[in-house]
Amino acid sequence: MEQVDADSSPIDGTENASEFLLEARNIVKVFGPLRANDNVTLTLKSGEIHALLGENGAGKSTLVKIIYGALQPTSGSLLWNGAPVRIANPAAARAMGISMVFQHFSLFDALTVTENIALALPGNRNMTVLADSIATVSREYGLPLRPDALIADLSVGERQRIEIVRCLLQEPRLLIMDEPTAVLTPQEADRLFITLKRLAAEGCGILYISHRLDEVKRICHEATILRHGKFVSTVKPQEETATSLARLMVGGEVAVVKSGETAKSGPPLLELIDLTLPTDDPFGVTLKNIDLRVRSGEIVAIAGVAGNGQSEMFDAISGETLGNEKGAIKLAGEACGKENITERRHRNVAFVSEERLGHGAVPNFSLSENIVLTHHATGDGVVRKGLINRSAATEVIGRVTKVFDVRKNTADPEARSLSGGNLQKFVVGREIALKPKVLVINQPTWGVDAGAAARIRQALIDLARGGSAVLMISQDLEEIYEIADRIAVISRGELSPAYPADEISLERIGLLMAGTQDELGDNGELARLG
Amino acid sequence: MTLVLEKRSAHSIVLVFTSPILAITITVVIGGIIFTGLGLDPITSLYIYFVEPVTTLWSIEELIVKATPLVLIGVGLSVCYTANVWNIGAEGQLTMGALAGSAVPVFFTTWQSPAALIAMLVLGAVGGALYGAIPAALKNRFGANEILTSLMLVYVAQLLLDWLVRGPWRDPQGYNFPQSVPFEGWQVLPFIGEGRVHIGVVFAIIAAIVLFVLMRKSLWGFKVRVIGSAPRAGGFAGFAEKRVVWFCFLLSGALAGLAGICEVAGPGGQLQPSISPGYGFTAIIVAFLGRLNPIGVIFAGILLAISYLGGEAAQVELGISDKTAQVFQGMLLFFILACDTLIHYRIRFVPSGPMTRRA
Repeated sequence: MEQVDADSSPIDGTENASEFLLEARNIVKVFGPLRANDNVTLTLKSGEIHALLGENGAGKSTLVKIIYGALQPTSGSLLWNGAPVRIANPAAARAMGISMVFQHFSLFDALTVTENIALALPGNRNMTVLADSIATVSREYGLPLRPDALIADLSVGERQRIEIVRCLLQEPRLLIMDEPTAVLTPQEADRLFITLKRLAAEGCGILYISHRLDEVKRICHEATILRHGKFVSTVKPQEETATSLARLMVGGEVAVVKSGETAKSGPPLLELIDLTLPTDDPFGVTLKNIDLRVRSGEIVAIAGVAGNGQSEMFDAISGETLGNEKGAIKLAGEACGKENITERRHRNVAFVSEERLGHGAVPNFSLSENIVLTHHATGDGVVRKGLINRSAATEVIGRVTKVFDVRKNTADPEARSLSGGNLQKFVVGREIALKPKVLVINQPTWGVDAGAAARIRQALIDLARGGSAVLMISQDLEEIYEIADRIAVISRGELSPAYPADEISLERIGLLMAGTQDELGDNGELARLG
Repeated sequence: MTLVLEKRSAHSIVLVFTSPILAITITVVIGGIIFTGLGLDPITSLYIYFVEPVTTLWSIEELIVKATPLVLIGVGLSVCYTANVWNIGAEGQLTMGALAGSAVPVFFTTWQSPAALIAMLVLGAVGGALYGAIPAALKNRFGANEILTSLMLVYVAQLLLDWLVRGPWRDPQGYNFPQSVPFEGWQVLPFIGEGRVHIGVVFAIIAAIVLFVLMRKSLWGFKVRVIGSAPRAGGFAGFAEKRVVWFCFLLSGALAGLAGICEVAGPGGQLQPSISPGYGFTAIIVAFLGRLNPIGVIFAGILLAISYLGGEAAQVELGISDKTAQVFQGMLLFFILACDTLIHYRIRFVPSGPMTRRA
């Protein structure tokens, strides 16, 4: 039953009854003991780009889900063009003219752009007509897209364009975007901002969720800030500084990461020498001739857009994927390309994977059991003579909890009951507790709030300054500039040389991230469409 | 009014233990309804089915005889299912174990020493393990689904048994009945007490305790649990999934084979075309009802043994088919799996449907 009552439709008489396109008044949403939204108010006009700011767990997603009809508020009301509405489900929201671009796209890799969009739109559509309208919309809004391209061949930025085009085809009155630039190169982000400004100029309201304050300052007219589920204030971002916005989000000063003295370059502890690794996965990335040295005392960062071989590279260094060349990977000068992850851990190398739940930790296991997961072969007494020593594992939890301020409701809870930031602090702390000589970490602060991120970054710096080699794979350029000594960029399975962080510009990184070929490809598409 | 399943933030420990009780209760209630539908008095019928089997010493002994193979097989399967390795073919591994062990009395009828009995038990376990190795190898090498391969191999084993007892292994002095020579002397398991309870019950209890400790305390048990819960995390920990698959099939195959040889060298006393009333399949229910916990499996084995005895009693005293035992077992598995949903989800009533209404 996805019908909308006539008077909640944007097309009829209530038009212009209110100066606001959308008003969410005193929204409360309760999940058990948690008040995810506690009396939140947000108002948005047509043609306005409105930022929704807050740390993880501040209640942004809950509010957006209520506006998009995926959740119902416990109390409070929604007004659309001044008239009260109840948005029963996302289909009803779309029928009213509310569209959403999600952070994680749900596209079928083996289908074309047109086929994916056809699946997402209601009703049956003529594929030729649809392909034409996709071409038209993508041309008009500067979102180059080939309707017959296979999703598998497209970059993440192009995939995002599909989602945006899908929304535009439904002629939205309100477009919700959930951290859209998290997956884009700086150049792609710039292009997106142009599109958003154009949409706003045409009268579409845009609700823009982000935690990148510079972006918000750049394109948003208004910003509503949430903290711990509560409404903090609505401000004009142009009149604020990044620091003042951060203070509003966190409710206090954000810890500044201290890098200490600059790195003294010691001997290389991790070396990748002409590492080439084909993939079995049709949608995976083949690693090509990767050369990299990480020395004692330094942090080397690998920048890149997601899906360019980062996870393949992490798996190759950790030993979860084994290559055929013994000499392609050297740890502390010794070739170990054919050793598995346990043998590499014996060499005092530690790993933090990108995915916390299901890869770095077993969701339904207690934290002490998750300690055993990576400590069982390290000789720190967690496993003796094939038997698990729970008290030794509990002791490690105690240390990790203390150093990293992991907040948990019981002494030894299941991993999945921890919030994302707390679990990340736990899995990072678990490895740092081993005092590794080499640490390889993939997306150290992905989806982590500012406080936890600062703590994790500080820990990485301290580890490196203590003489370890740290290799950090990250999509977050701010983070990379904050703590990395040298920066290399991965694109389509190829790694650029590592440049000292103070010598490589953001623009240069952006170009390397996109790959020169990508730029040509896009221009070609533009020419063909235009 | 709509029912909504809501995911719990952490699994409910209480329901891990109460879910079987809930499932048993629902099974009994539905069973009573079925008896009523058959024109029987539900209270009397349920009494005959579930209570009478445990009221006399003879029937309690018989209960232990039936629970023994269920527990032996069930503890092995509980390890498999914990690792997400779906060995459905324990009945076939039981049959092959029985055949391998019976080679001793069939070919060396005159070998009468304790060594003969030990050889039979070892051969039984090895036979079951090797038969379990087939689906393990197919899964690891070709990615073949072990549910299908292990299940289909059950019928192969049963047909092999049928052929052997009607053909080459038939007792020459057996008046053409399809059965092997009767096992005697040191080729029969020692009995405990007056009845048919045999030494196999000791094996079952030892197996349960050893596996309980293995799963809880050892790194091997930890590996099995990690691979079952999150295979990628297992890879990250450096645990080889294929080795766990081998371990699970060899272990559960060996225990099923041991159960098989204990059946023919114990209560059976010889090979016959049918040596098990489906113990290998019923043990699947035992493993789940026992919460995949080897100690829990002991209690679940006793309960499922009651369903066998109850089925026999219902046939004699109520005049209904002994297939009711299978009906009860099937219902029990169905409800236990359904009730287990509540461990991770809670049911919530939502006052109205997904209709769009004016605010």
